[in-house]
Parts: sequence; structure tokens; C-alpha cells
Amino acid sequence: MPRAARAITEPLLAGLLSLGMLAVLLAVSGYPVGESLTALWRGAFGSWSVLASGTLVRATPLLFAGLAVSVAFRAGILNIGAEGQLLMGAAAATAVAVSLPPSAGFAGLTLALVAGTLAGGAWASVAGMLRQRFGVLEVISTIMLNVVALHVTGLLVRGPLQEPTRTFPQSALVDQALRLPRLLPGTRLHAGVALAVLSAIGLAWFLRSTAAGFRLRMTGSNPRAAASAGGIDVARVSLLAFVASGALAGLGGAVEVTGVTFALYENLSPGYGYTAIAVALLARLNPVSAIGSAVVFGALEAGASAMQRDAQVPAGMVGVVEAGVILVLVASEWVGRKVGESGSLNRGGTPRADEPAPPITPPSPPPTTSLHATTP
Amino acid sequence: MLDAIKRHYGPVIALDGAHLRVAAGEVHAVLGENGAGKSTLMKVAYGLEQPDAGTLHVDGVPVTFRTPRAAMERGIGMVQQHFALVDAMTVAENVALGGRGPLNLRATAALIRSISADAGLPIDPSAVVRDLPVGAQQRVEIIKALARDAHTLILDEPTAVLAPQESAELLAWTRRFAEGGGTVVLIAHKLREVLRVADRVTVLRRGRTVLTAAASDMTEATLADAMLGSVDAPQRNGDAGTTAMAQFAATDVIILDDVTVRDDGGVQRLRGANVVVRAGEIVGVAAVEGSGQRELLRVMAGRLDPTTGRATVPESVGFVPEDRHRDALVLDATLTENVALRHAATRRGLVSWAALDRETTALMARRDVRARDASVPIRTLSGGNQQKLVLGRELAGSPQALVVENPTRGLDIRATSEVHAALRGARAAGTAVVVYSSDLDEILHLADRVLVVAAGAVRGVEKDREQVGRAMLTAGP
Repeated sequence: MPRAARAITEPLLAGLLSLGMLAVLLAVSGYPVGESLTALWRGAFGSWSVLASGTLVRATPLLFAGLAVSVAFRAGILNIGAEGQLLMGAAAATAVAVSLPPSAGFAGLTLALVAGTLAGGAWASVAGMLRQRFGVLEVISTIMLNVVALHVTGLLVRGPLQEPTRTFPQSALVDQALRLPRLLPGTRLHAGVALAVLSAIGLAWFLRSTAAGFRLRMTGSNPRAAASAGGIDVARVSLLAFVASGALAGLGGAVEVTGVTFALYENLSPGYGYTAIAVALLARLNPVSAIGSAVVFGALEAGASAMQRDAQVPAGMVGVVEAGVILVLVASEWVGRKVGESGSLNRGGTPRADEPAPPITPPSPPPTTSLHATTP
Repeated sequence: MLDAIKRHYGPVIALDGAHLRVAAGEVHAVLGENGAGKSTLMKVAYGLEQPDAGTLHVDGVPVTFRTPRAAMERGIGMVQQHFALVDAMTVAENVALGGRGPLNLRATAALIRSISADAGLPIDPSAVVRDLPVGAQQRVEIIKALARDAHTLILDEPTAVLAPQESAELLAWTRRFAEGGGTVVLIAHKLREVLRVADRVTVLRRGRTVLTAAASDMTEATLADAMLGSVDAPQRNGDAGTTAMAQFAATDVIILDDVTVRDDGGVQRLRGANVVVRAGEIVGVAAVEGSGQRELLRVMAGRLDPTTGRATVPESVGFVPEDRHRDALVLDATLTENVALRHAATRRGLVSWAALDRETTALMARRDVRARDASVPIRTLSGGNQQKLVLGRELAGSPQALVVENPTRGLDIRATSEVHAALRGARAAGTAVVVYSSDLDEILHLADRVLVVAAGAVRGVEKDREQVGRAMLTAGP
């Protein structure tokens, strides 16, 4: 199937699959299936207004963080830290936005977004340097840094960034003049969604058409060959990829503050950075496909709130389904790869150019020794 | 005995009615070009693959092997090219793995010692596999099969990974094993080895058996003809004696001045190497695995900085490393992307993929790289075609120097002769060519002069089989 078609059908399929799984789960748990699913649908796509204010508004941070995960995975970096990078981006953007006078206007907004981007990149670079200097696995360090980021946010909203009245652990509100403009009057849809889509297209272009993007992909696929045959400074490329990944997540956090919440608080992100891994995997790390997959997950999240409100189904049930979808996706990739391999067991070199290309798979961590480990 | 075996991979026919009849107590060599179906046929015999048609008999009884375990129960063992060993475990643990009954490592160790003594395969059961040289790991694989009472051993290109001395020992062992009543099926590329060790030979071509004969009735030339089909047998006469040097002012292209290399652990790999490679010559490097030749080649290719001493190498050196899957190619990337990799570090701004596609297509035509087009992942190509692409890429733009490491390992005769022709072509164009090969014949065949690396010391040795072989084993004059 052409890639363009796959980019649409796969998220749709995943959406249907998750609905089916949800239906079973609801029935088993004794909830009214029809009523609950109707509530979910209405909450996600029921009207232009819920589509814009619910689904698309939630899809936006998911897309930013999903792009962050995609670019990291493409570079061979398992960045699980989009959550923390997003929070740090939100914190930096808040710090800038609340300290500027309303007269700063659009320039002030831009400054806040840039600050969030830089903060996210800086936060990710910590994990990058830990990996380069001490060989710390980024899977571990980025998860740990998520926890640190959460607590730093907690400190900030109880200390230097707390609102002037000191009532709640949250920052002052970002002034009207420094918020992202609304795209549709009467909804919460803000200009950040356009920024996210542009970022996705830009990232796809960067990876495909620029020399730096090419180096990043080659480094991610085979760092040894990239260094030996291409003369690429792989340490530098992967550190830059860490920063780029964190910057995208940080921008997502800055957009969330200036477009949706208008203030910093601890629970700003309901795990966008983690769901983003699902967004990226469903999109097979393709930035343009990530747009569709972010909408699917945005719809599930928006629908979950509506389902909880209207049918009293705990929203966590949707979380279970999201996780289930990921497992199914990963398993189907694995099965696909096994089938591909069995067709190519002959190492003897029969012409195999007609074999389908292996699917883009997320990089796996360095292989541990297995029974069939090849020995040089 | 395998009869009229057919095996399809999708539209590709790997075996088209091949047959093989192996008698007990013989060494039976199976020959064929890459893609002729040797490996597939062996996988059918070992239960790794199921035939689409045809029958399999052991001792006259028809059998079907759904799994390798079924084959093992019939006394058939196989040592694959890529060993199936757990690096982090000991020899005993590896042998115990996959066995039946309760785990008793002491009994396994005793079993290994007795097999090792009976069969003449020295091994320490308590050694960790990772620490063993390749030859010893191969012995572990053989012992693994013998521990499961294999009396028929299938060895898939066993000498491809071995140094000359180790190859000779292994081949001598197969003879002894056969004389003791065992049976060996030997997949091989090197005709000289086959003729030395095999009782009988079967040749496959394009999935069919074209010849079964006593080895004593065959010569290298008749075997090569059978493998290739006599019409398109490549020229096998060596013209290594001629050198292009005369046409070029003897320019020194690579100069190593008292170069020493220590590895990360501080172990001295190369000591005081003084080497000059000139334009238009092929310098052969001979060494026993692990003598420091890896480091020497990488210094000459500008891929490794000397710890002390001075290395003068051209800005752009073509380099064909031994492990192309690991060091030369990005397997999931397309042919074009792999060609583009060559100057990846210095590219700026946008990549012009259309121009690179054209460049790659031209390179494919020039080097006879067979693939549907430049946009397929390079993973889908055969080893020979992959290697021709790597060589073509490294030779594009006529580099001043080219360093190649085991350039024909695992390639068939045709691909090998094409690679050799490319190296000679580079010499004729004035490139300084350095060739390392673990196959001494290849070095003698190609090189204008020979350097030997032994225990980290580099010295020039007269191009003579006897003298080179001796120098490889001794550290100094």
C-alpha cells in the first residue's frame, strides 16, 4: 500500500480497533455499551464545537510531543521524556509570559514560545550528555527527568512563579495580549494547532530533504556505518537530535500554556508526553502520519471525558484501551517482520528485490545476547 | 538423501528439483554460486525449512523434519555460518542449552571433555564463549552437534571465518571424522579446499543439481565450469604480476611513520609501523586474525588516529570494511541513500535526491549491481551485489587511495572476480590500493607486494606463499 494511503488507513484502523476493545471492556465491566460509546463519540466528534474545542485542542500537544518522540526514535534515541520536556517548556514559557507587560503583545508571545522551545531542548540535552559522557541509557534518564520536571514545576508554582495572591499552587494568568489567537470564534481552538501541523510538515521535509536530516536518519539506522562510511560525527548528531526532540516537546508545552491553560500548574499535562509515544508509533515515526494519529488519540481523550460525564464510565478505561492499541500495534509490527524474515531466510543471495520493504520500526535498545545471537 | 526438492520464496525459486545423495562415511562437498540454493537445500535437510515438493530419506527411510530437533533425533547436526551461541555463557552451558532432561553442568562438562578428547577438538568447557577465538567457537558448535549424537554434520562454509592455519586444521578434522565413520556435508567456496578434502562433490546451479562426481575426477577448472555453466566462466588466470606503477611517477600516497596504536584498554595493537603505499600499486596485507591488521588498515584509511607516530593519508580514502552490514551499509536505507552516505558528513543544505538517484543508477550499471532500481532497501540485495555497490561507492570520484578488508568474504566466484577486476581497475587508474584478506591465495593473486602483520609488527615479505605463511606466524625476523 502506498505510504500516503497507509498514513490515513492505519490510524483509522487503530481507532476502530480501540472502539471494539472498549466495547468489550465496557460490556465486561457492566456498563451500557451503546450509551457509553455514543457519549464518547459525541464528546469527540459530536459537533464542530466539540471537535474543535475537545479533540483538536487535545491533539495539539499530542502532536508536538509525538513529533518529539518521532525525531528521537528516528535518530536511534529512545526519548521517553517528552512529558518532562513539555513541562519544562510550559514552565519557561509561563515565566517569560507573566513577566512581560501586555504591551509586549505578539512579540512577547513569540518570546514565550521560543523560551519554551529552548527549555525543552535544554532539558533533553541533560539526558543526551549523560548518555554521551557516562553511557547512561536515555530510557532510564529521561523517565527520571520526567519526575524531576514534575517536582520542579511543583516548586515553581509554590515559589517564584506562584500567583500574586498566593492562594493556589499555580502561576498568574498569562495576559490576553500574550495568548495564542483563537482560530474559530466560540471554540477553544487556537493557532497552536496550525503551528503543530506546520511543525509536522517541516519535520518531514527536514528528514527527507536536508543533509542534516539525512545524517540523523543514517545515524539512527546504523551509527557504525554512519561513522565509518559516512564520516558522520554521530555523537554530535545524536546530541543535536536529543535537543531537537526536547525542543519540539517544549514548544508543545509553551503552546499549551499560551493557548489552553493560560497558567502553569502541576497537572498541566495528563500524560501527553507518554501518549505521544503511542502517537509516534502508530504513525510509524512518520511526522505527517502523526497528524492523523494525534487526532485519533485526541478524540479518545476528549471522548473519555464526555463518557465520564454523561455515562459515568471512568475515563481511565480509555487509558486501558490506548495501552491495548499500542500492544496490538507493536505485536502486528513484530508479526509483520517475522513474516518478512521467513521469506528471506536464504542468505545465499537469490534475487529478492521484489520483497516488500521492511516496515519502519522503532529502534530497539541494543540487542541483549540471545540464543540466535550471531557471533563474528 | 534429498530428492527433487523444490522450495519457493514467493515468486523466487530457490530450489527447482535439486537432489543430493550423501553416503555414510564420506566428506561430501556441495558447491554453487551464491544463490544457487546450497544453503536452502541444507536448511531443508536440517528441518529449518520445509520443501514445497520432494522427499527426504535418512538410511533409506522417508522422513519429514518439521524442526531441527527432528533432524537431530535422526543424527543430523548443522553448524551454520552465523553461530548460534550465547556469548555470555560458558561452553558447557551452551552445550547444555537445548538438551533434554535436568540441567547437570558437571555431567555436560565431562561429556564435552570426552567428546573433545575422542574427536580431537580441543576446548575448555568452562571458557566463556565471548572470550574464545572464532575457530574455537566453531569447535563448540561441532561439539554441540556431537553431544546430541550427530553422525552426519552439515558445515555451512566453515572456513570462511577461519585463518589459513585454522582452516587446514578443521579440514583435516573433517577427514578424520569421516574416516571414523562420520559423515560430513561441506558447503564451500574455495575449490582448492574442496579438492583437498572431499570424497565426492555435488554442484548446484540455479536450484538444480548439475553434477555429482568423485572429487578425484575433478579439477578446479572443471568445478568452476560446472558452477558457472561453461559459457560464462569468468577468466581465472591471474595477471597479478603486472603493475600499473610504471605509468605513474612513484608518488607516495599513504605514509605511516613509526605509527603505534593502543586500544581503549591500553593494549598495544600496532607498534612502530613504517609503511609507504604508492600510487598505482596493490599492496597485500597478510595476518593471522587479531595481529593488529585491523588497526593498520583503519589508520591507512584515515578511520583511526595513531596513538603515537605520524600517519599521512589522503583527505579522501575509499574504505571497504570487512563487516559491510555493520560498518559500510545502512540496511534499511535505499541504494541511493547508501551511495549518498559516502559524503554525508560534508553535505550542506538540501540533498538533491534526483541527482543522487541518477548517480546511483549509473553506478549500478557500471558495477553490475543487480536490483530492481535504486529505491529498494539495500537489505533486499544479495551479498555480492551489496559488496559491488559498496566498492563502487568507495571508488566513485577516483580516490587517491582505497583500503579494502576481506573484500570477497562470502562472495561467489563470479562476484569475487568482479571485485578483483574492480581493484585492478583502480590500480590502473593510479589509486594506491591496500588489500587485506584472510585468504592468502587472494593476496598472492592480487598484490604487487605483500606486508605481513604479526603481533603488531609490520614488515615487507617477498611475495611467496611459503615465506608469507611463515612470517604470519612469527613476530620478527
